[in-house]
Amino acid sequence: MSTTTPQMPEGGPPEPTAGQTFVQRLAVAQDWRSAILIPFLAVFTAFVIGGIIVMLTGVPFTQMIEAYVALFKGSVGSIKAISETLTNATPLILTGLSVALAFRAGLFNIGGEGQLLIGGMVAVVVGFSFGGLPWIVHLPMALLAGMLGGAAWGFIPGFLRARTGAHEVITTIMLNYIAVLLVQFLLTTTFFQREGRQDPVSKNVEPSAVLPQLLGWINPALRVNLGLIVALIAAFVINWLLFRTTLGYEFRAVGANPAAARYAGISVPRVYVLVMVIAGALAGLAGANQILGVLGRATPGFSGPGLGFDGIAVALLGRSNPWGVVAAALLFGGLKAGGQEMQVAAHVSPDLIGVMQALIIMFVAAPALITTLYRLKAPSTSAQITKGWAS
Amino acid sequence: MELELRGITKRFPGVLANDDVSLTARSGKVLALIGENGAGKSTLMNVLSGLYQPDEGEIYIDGVQQVFDDPGDAIKAGIGMVHQHFMLVPVFSVAENVVLGVEPVKGMGVLDRKKARIEVREISERYGLAVDPDALVEELPVGIQQRVEIIKILLRGAKILVFDEPTAVLTPQEVEEFFGIVAELKGRGATIIFITHKLKEALAIADDITVLRGGKVVGNADPATATPEDLAAMMVGRDIDLTVDKTASEPGQDVLTLNDVTMLDDYGRPLLRSISMSVRAGEIVGIAGIQGNGQTELVEAITGLLPIASGKIEVLGEDITKASPRRRHRIGIAHVPEDRNEMGMIGSFTIKENLVLDNYYAEPFSRRGVLNDGAIETAAEQMVEAYDVRPPMIDNTGSALSGGNAQKMIVAREFSRDVPLVICAQPTRGIDVGSIEYIHEQIVRKRDEGKAILIVSTELDEIFALSDRILVMYDGQIVAERAAGETTPTEIGLFMAGRTA
Repeated sequence: MSTTTPQMPEGGPPEPTAGQTFVQRLAVAQDWRSAILIPFLAVFTAFVIGGIIVMLTGVPFTQMIEAYVALFKGSVGSIKAISETLTNATPLILTGLSVALAFRAGLFNIGGEGQLLIGGMVAVVVGFSFGGLPWIVHLPMALLAGMLGGAAWGFIPGFLRARTGAHEVITTIMLNYIAVLLVQFLLTTTFFQREGRQDPVSKNVEPSAVLPQLLGWINPALRVNLGLIVALIAAFVINWLLFRTTLGYEFRAVGANPAAARYAGISVPRVYVLVMVIAGALAGLAGANQILGVLGRATPGFSGPGLGFDGIAVALLGRSNPWGVVAAALLFGGLKAGGQEMQVAAHVSPDLIGVMQALIIMFVAAPALITTLYRLKAPSTSAQITKGWAS
Repeated sequence: MELELRGITKRFPGVLANDDVSLTARSGKVLALIGENGAGKSTLMNVLSGLYQPDEGEIYIDGVQQVFDDPGDAIKAGIGMVHQHFMLVPVFSVAENVVLGVEPVKGMGVLDRKKARIEVREISERYGLAVDPDALVEELPVGIQQRVEIIKILLRGAKILVFDEPTAVLTPQEVEEFFGIVAELKGRGATIIFITHKLKEALAIADDITVLRGGKVVGNADPATATPEDLAAMMVGRDIDLTVDKTASEPGQDVLTLNDVTMLDDYGRPLLRSISMSVRAGEIVGIAGIQGNGQTELVEAITGLLPIASGKIEVLGEDITKASPRRRHRIGIAHVPEDRNEMGMIGSFTIKENLVLDNYYAEPFSRRGVLNDGAIETAAEQMVEAYDVRPPMIDNTGSALSGGNAQKMIVAREFSRDVPLVICAQPTRGIDVGSIEYIHEQIVRKRDEGKAILIVSTELDEIFALSDRILVMYDGQIVAERAAGETTPTEIGLFMAGRTA
């Protein structure tokens, strides 16, 4: 008919992407829609549906609006609020990066929690030992110790996957249990336990290993600390690693198509081990951050609890992109900070925050819900449908 | 039933996939629909099967206009599809597969196996499709599985049967049997549409031929008078030379030598049986064989992707039997793999990233572990230009390329390295004629540069067009060796079917 219509590209329509792993489809954005539009709409929709759910429990509309205003104020409404948001976001950036890096290589690291706990425990040991060292030595040493602890805990599932094929989802879950119970046990041993205490509390971290507050000169109650800078540096480094180095190229190749990676001479087992070691180190750094920056000691619940698990949500929402992870962590950190204000000012249960987080992840993981809801045209499904037709 | 398409137009963003396509498939006749990849065959068939709705145009069956909102409507109207990749459940019996979705049931939703068996037997007897209703599908040869697919659509009342590349997976003998089935169906008044890119088969079986190019019908041909060259010219819009111009080879020293190489599967059964062979500099050795006779394993043994049980592999005198894939690659093996999507490229990577897939770690593409984007881009631009990859946008993802261009990208990557040995497995599978011609030229050019070339192909035409020497594989063994000039496709075909030398 019309001769001005663009012709078929030379050689026919695109071929469907093959060999892509489930994890990649779930967690790595392929285009701007799934990188930005879907997460944005997912957050928006979660706010609307979360509000409806709370209203169904008898909360009037005006109070709901107040609650969201309080949520906003409590997360970015004041310097104090922003400080809390950033403090909450810091460990989430690190555990989010941990999960995101593993996603990129096609691995599902559910073990962030265990890696964080072990990292934190190693960091607290270095933190309460070695008193008298200058902070310029002691603090980096403690942070590094946290990374090493997490790395060791990440090495185990990586090695098992590489050597025996044991799936990392199973092994990391099991290692989480081991880590939780190990922490409880260790905190009652004389080496860890603070003198004169019967409950599981560790000795205090020496001042020379504490992450200094960033805004303490304005108000000592502003908790945000140097850990934030460490986390942002980690995001920068991981971004550089993934996209600028040969190692990152290998990680992404293994994640996107392991058969092609093997063909290219990449040792897939080696990548599995390295990825899990680095992912573990990131989660361990998150643990060290909590110990050295927020709590100053270790208790059985020092992971929040659940910072390692929240990292999965953060990585999914951030589409496994390091800067996307930072953005998602800030959002979740803000929700957490604002949730308390919401309860105080508007008497709406902070459990709403958990509901909203869950909804966000559901929408990001099942983008079809969002595309249907907003009548977004599906991106070129034609290539998918025609697979297996002409060849 | 007579099927008529009138003025079918289907647009996708930026692409006119079908442009005013009209064709007629007559009752009791075979219509062959031929065209290059991307000519619009798939889109047209998806319109016909109700998967797509056309933007313009109408579908008529026996003069009555039809509107298909979904595949169910098309099936009700009597259209049945046999896909290239069968839609069967391997662990179900033939009868269970055939009735899947339209199961006869006794009370309480219990499957009536007896009735299912009878239904299958009735159809298989009526159309001469011999198949045991109780056999498990996974235990049947591919040719019989295809019959199960045909019975499946006949049971659903199909009068118009559409076959998509039906012979791609069949042995020559199975192809003969398949042609017999088609003749039988035709005799019983079925309307048959046969989608293919094998011109000889189209000529052998069709009553009418319709040629598509660039989404349009470019012509109809009478199989009684048309030649393969005529059809090829219509398909690509210019005269195409299916033969490759090349001079006699002047082989030099042995580059690749295999000595008594054996490979076993996980259960200890032999995949390769004491293979000894060599490829010399400046010659093209073609390995012919029906798919699944050990060719894939042979290539992966040489490239180091699969371990061998015993034997010795040497490249230029160096023993590489235990070397890693990367080591072999550096010693000098280029490898165009059999499955470009599964192995040869990473769809979600950009073209430039794909172009350094197996040497990203070497200078100048990286230095001390850091990628050198500038060097990668410069090299990618050159490769895309030199090997005519279209569109030449190195920041697009690999999956955005058509099959032919994706293959050219892989050939560009592998041929750009100066290595003594080049292995090409199915170098032109499923790509358009223009790209085939181009890739063949590149392969011969490599030979003339003095490289040793090993080609594996299931297409005899390709083997004969390229090879200086032909080896035939059957059941994990090399059963024959012939100089290309001293044999015929018939003789090689017999070896492929298992005749020993």
